[in-house]
Amino acid sequence: MSKVKKARVNPIVAIVLIIIVVAWTVPTFGVFVTSWRDSRDIYASGWWTVLPHKDIVKTGEIIIDKDIPLDAPFEIEGTSATFQQWREGVQLEDGRTLRWYGNKRTKKVEVFENKWIGFGANLTTQNYKDVLTGGTITFEDGNGNTITRQGNNFADAVLNSIAVSIPATIIPILIAAFAAYAFAWMEFPGRKPLFIMVVALLVVPLQIALIPILRDYTRWGLNGTYVGMWLAHTGFGLPLAVYLLYNYISNLPRDVFESAYLDGASPFTTFVRLVLPLSIPALASFAIFQFLWVWNDYLVALVFLGDKNRVVTAALAAMVGEKGQDWHVLTAGAFMSMIIPLTVFFSLQRYFVRGLMAGSVKG
Amino acid sequence: MSQDIETNRNPVILAAQVILTIVVLVGGFILLQHMQSVKILMTIFAVLWGLGSTALLFFTLNMIAESMPRKIRATAVAFVFAGPAVIILLWALVIPTLRTLRLSFMDANARSFVGLANYKFAFTNPTMLEAFRNNLLWMIFGTFFCVTLGIIIAVLADKSRHEKLFKSLIFMPMAISFVGAGVIWKFIYAYKGEGFNVTEIGLLNAIVTAFGGKAQAWLLIPFWNNFFLIIIMIWLQTGYAMVILSSAIKAIPGEINEAARVDGANSFTIFFKITIPYIMPTIITVTTTILIFSLKLFDIVRVMTGGNFGTNVIANEFYLRQFTYGNSGQASAIAIILLIVIVPVLIYNLKDFRGRRTLK
Repeated sequence: MSKVKKARVNPIVAIVLIIIVVAWTVPTFGVFVTSWRDSRDIYASGWWTVLPHKDIVKTGEIIIDKDIPLDAPFEIEGTSATFQQWREGVQLEDGRTLRWYGNKRTKKVEVFENKWIGFGANLTTQNYKDVLTGGTITFEDGNGNTITRQGNNFADAVLNSIAVSIPATIIPILIAAFAAYAFAWMEFPGRKPLFIMVVALLVVPLQIALIPILRDYTRWGLNGTYVGMWLAHTGFGLPLAVYLLYNYISNLPRDVFESAYLDGASPFTTFVRLVLPLSIPALASFAIFQFLWVWNDYLVALVFLGDKNRVVTAALAAMVGEKGQDWHVLTAGAFMSMIIPLTVFFSLQRYFVRGLMAGSVKG
Repeated sequence: MSQDIETNRNPVILAAQVILTIVVLVGGFILLQHMQSVKILMTIFAVLWGLGSTALLFFTLNMIAESMPRKIRATAVAFVFAGPAVIILLWALVIPTLRTLRLSFMDANARSFVGLANYKFAFTNPTMLEAFRNNLLWMIFGTFFCVTLGIIIAVLADKSRHEKLFKSLIFMPMAISFVGAGVIWKFIYAYKGEGFNVTEIGLLNAIVTAFGGKAQAWLLIPFWNNFFLIIIMIWLQTGYAMVILSSAIKAIPGEINEAARVDGANSFTIFFKITIPYIMPTIITVTTTILIFSLKLFDIVRVMTGGNFGTNVIANEFYLRQFTYGNSGQASAIAIILLIVIVPVLIYNLKDFRGRRTLK
């Protein structure tokens, strides 16, 4: 039925949508294009100049006969004008513009045409090399000055982000899945109040926890460590994880557990062999949600990692602070920081949306 | 499957298992601290150890629980399953809330009680008042545009042939960090300054100059710079609103729209009289989520302006108080205020949860 309706698309709807989508995509696209441009070009012209566009370009020269008197109007290419007019430029009927070059003695006229220019950019991978290295980098700015800088060692930052994000995604899932199973299918004292606590914690802002946890970490020597990051992200991600997985696991059919129990399986075996495999859609939803959250997190990393083991967001933010105008490394860095989450996002979008729906109460 | 339930574990094996677990946990941690030199090895080790030791911990704890006397075994196992989550939640969120509350009544170094001084600061200090005002701007305008645009795009895309593609592209910024988005938009707002023959490389200034306007340092314009920052949040969050609202719109039974059409209702009437009322609960959920989100907003302001030029927000002031001025009392008071603002939502969630389902 919807197919039939969609056959007649209102052109206004289509145009409005296309405008919105273009407006939404252009910012990212501009950064992407810039990250591949030569550093000198970046400072000299906007990134959009690499796109095919119409511009006035010089296409040739005409040498004027020495003997033509320049005091009266004279003719070039069949058009007549005074010297002053030639100097300012005269547009011919065929669209070309002729302009006298220099003073009267040069006897030269330049030909300009409004032409389409193709993809005329100097593409380079140098920006990415510069941003990944921790060594010294040099580049030329728009005025041709050579600038020397310390690299930002983004390669290390990417590794740090991986080392933080993967465990900080899977550890809370594992812990939450065990807990969700217990809340859904086991009897124990305090079950109900504890679960209400989980629901209450869903929207608690994490700022409330940063200072006390930081004090604990200072005491325990966990500042700047991966373990500290895993623990913190596990704590902040757990309410949503338990809540989501509880909703899923509590709706699994009861017979599954009863037959496993009759077969003599321990709860642990049931959990590992049955609950985990059956819950994969919910686990995947939360995993993507949490992974993107941890990878893109800046505040927690800033507080608990500091300058040690910098993750990509922290490295990028530091770059903005230190070299706010070095667009060639900034754009390359921004794109480096986006590749992994964008890949995850586009390949697993369906699961991500599902997690988002179920978790739209997260604080 | 096995008959584990009847037999207790061999105590020797159990003891060995416990020792092994402790060795892996502690040894791995110490080893990790000494692997700074080879980053890639350390990364792989960190990932493997982090995951392995969590799984091992559960396995061992479960073994201990299963070796308990039959009477308490089921409860012990349940505690092993739910315990780690509960303990971490208590340590990471519940107890810190109480500790932060206590800190908020103490001086900068948490040495002596100062009563309500930190709250007095929070509600009278000009910087704080400015931050409150800006947060209000974020909450009102940011949320309004996210939700409105989200609805409009969801409704329009529903009628489009390339719905999936359009929605993906609008949704894409959700995968980008706020810091990354900061760089993207800083580049759009880039300003080269006055001077002869300056070619603007920032998109906004290029557009403005192309239409004969004057290039500006957008992020330095008092008051209005807040809106240039809010645009970034709209760009990031509209996709979220759109996706959730879109699925709500698709859940509207087709017959209702058909019936309205038969009665002669046009698209606008259908939109305002059927679609909007029907998805109202979803609109409220999405609005609440984005309101909370804009209340806690930090990264964008931090990266774009650092809170300078009149763009400060509460979460950034929290960070500044704690880490720049080293005043944990004032920072804690700010955190408590953030929590108090959110408490109504928290209560609503609890009521909603109790009304919707009781634990089986």
